[in-house]
Amino acid sequence: MRTACKILGYQLRDIARNRWIIAYAVVLLALTEALFRLGGDGSRVVLSLLNVVLILVPLVALTFGTLYLYNAREFIELLLAQPVGRGSMFAGLWGGLVLPLAGALLLGVGLPFLFHARDGVVPLRSLLILLATGTLLTSAFTALAFLLALRFDDRARGFGAALLVWLMCAVVYDGVVLLVVALFADYPLETPLLVLMLLNPLDLGRVLLLLDLDVAALLGYTGAVFQHFLGTALGMGVATLALLAWTALPLALGARRFARRDF
Amino acid sequence: MTTPVPAILAEGLTKRFGRLEVLRGIDLAVPAGRITGLVGPNAAGKTTFIKAVLGLVRPDQGSLAVLGHRVNGDERYRRQVGYMPQAASFPENLTGREVLAMVRDLRGAAVASDTTLLEQFQLEPELGKPVRTLSGGTRQKLSALVAFLFQPDLLVLDEPTAGLDPVASGIFKEKLAETRERGTTVLLASHTLAELEEVADDIVFLLDGRVRFHGPIEELRRLTGFARLERAVAALMRGDAAS
Repeated sequence: MRTACKILGYQLRDIARNRWIIAYAVVLLALTEALFRLGGDGSRVVLSLLNVVLILVPLVALTFGTLYLYNAREFIELLLAQPVGRGSMFAGLWGGLVLPLAGALLLGVGLPFLFHARDGVVPLRSLLILLATGTLLTSAFTALAFLLALRFDDRARGFGAALLVWLMCAVVYDGVVLLVVALFADYPLETPLLVLMLLNPLDLGRVLLLLDLDVAALLGYTGAVFQHFLGTALGMGVATLALLAWTALPLALGARRFARRDF
Repeated sequence: MTTPVPAILAEGLTKRFGRLEVLRGIDLAVPAGRITGLVGPNAAGKTTFIKAVLGLVRPDQGSLAVLGHRVNGDERYRRQVGYMPQAASFPENLTGREVLAMVRDLRGAAVASDTTLLEQFQLEPELGKPVRTLSGGTRQKLSALVAFLFQPDLLVLDEPTAGLDPVASGIFKEKLAETRERGTTVLLASHTLAELEEVADDIVFLLDGRVRFHGPIEELRRLTGFARLERAVAALMRGDAAS
């Protein structure tokens, strides 16, 4: 644990100075500030940021996460040649990536809200849930990125797989759900749809945000089923737990692969 | 009289990557306190063997002990091992000084640091710069510094002088000789046979994943009839001499 924290500390120092992470924070900051300047009040800005968080955060986590692990390969070899256990190394690497990415999100989105706090009411609860969901999505998709980078030795294939996962979660999945609904309209679909929703971390993020914002029109079919059957409070609890599981499971599989692989 | 424990003891070591059998039953006892050169053509299994010694590659069969410790996933034996890879890679945005602090921190070494290379390589002015701005040669010097820093009992070096200029290379070789005097074992993989001739006591020749020769350089010369190591190794590759 101590070794993992030490590795995390140095990785944090390295990645916090990475220009892509800085660019990510600046883009989020500029976007949030622009939404404020375009006349939105705090609630509207949160609503507008919803899709940014749902689309951009997983994309950045997946692509940056896979490339990060591929680029660190020689460095990982060098550190594993030191008296460092593989479990500590894996935990340190992952933590050292998630914290700067989550930090960029918190600063990029959080700072403009702080600046504009005096202009009007900041929907603090919604903002916190937006940031928490973004952080959960960051951890889930970086865990997936690590798993993919460890599954594919070839960098191009690993990066391609990461983009494919994002495309599936962000775009194709909704289409598949609609297709299932259309094809099996005569059958009771609530339970299968609830299960389907748990299978897509991005969908879980969306439901978590929309349940709080209470924007039924944007919930989509799965989200509506989710709200109908579980209610807002239980629905948010289940979605949060499922998102945590989406971090824990790929991370456990990735750690197992990391422990067994040859470098 | 007891036989000294070899620094590295491999018995029947095999490793396969898919269909490719890289190590085909390595039996090798690397004596302690000597510089052993590891040579062989490309794909002979040198890097895989080195990585097995470092615990980076897990052998399929056989046993491997380093400095008396079985290599079985426990990382503690690496406290006594220094490693310098062919191409050093450090986190790009850390400075050289932070890299040294990191390795020191991870090793938690109580041993006094050996910083003579820092002075001899004149690295001090470079230590404040981010690694990404350092030249390949300077990174390699930093890597050498990391490997020697903790006065390890075993040094594993993979083509260490590949990126070094002649002056730095000379300093490095002097350091190697000095390290041997202190009793450190060195396993040195290199294609530069003139360099090995200069610093190594013994030679291990790997071919197709097997040890084809292991012994003092003098014995190799006698066996092949060639005075120069380059010719002697070439003779081994052609199969002109048997071990």
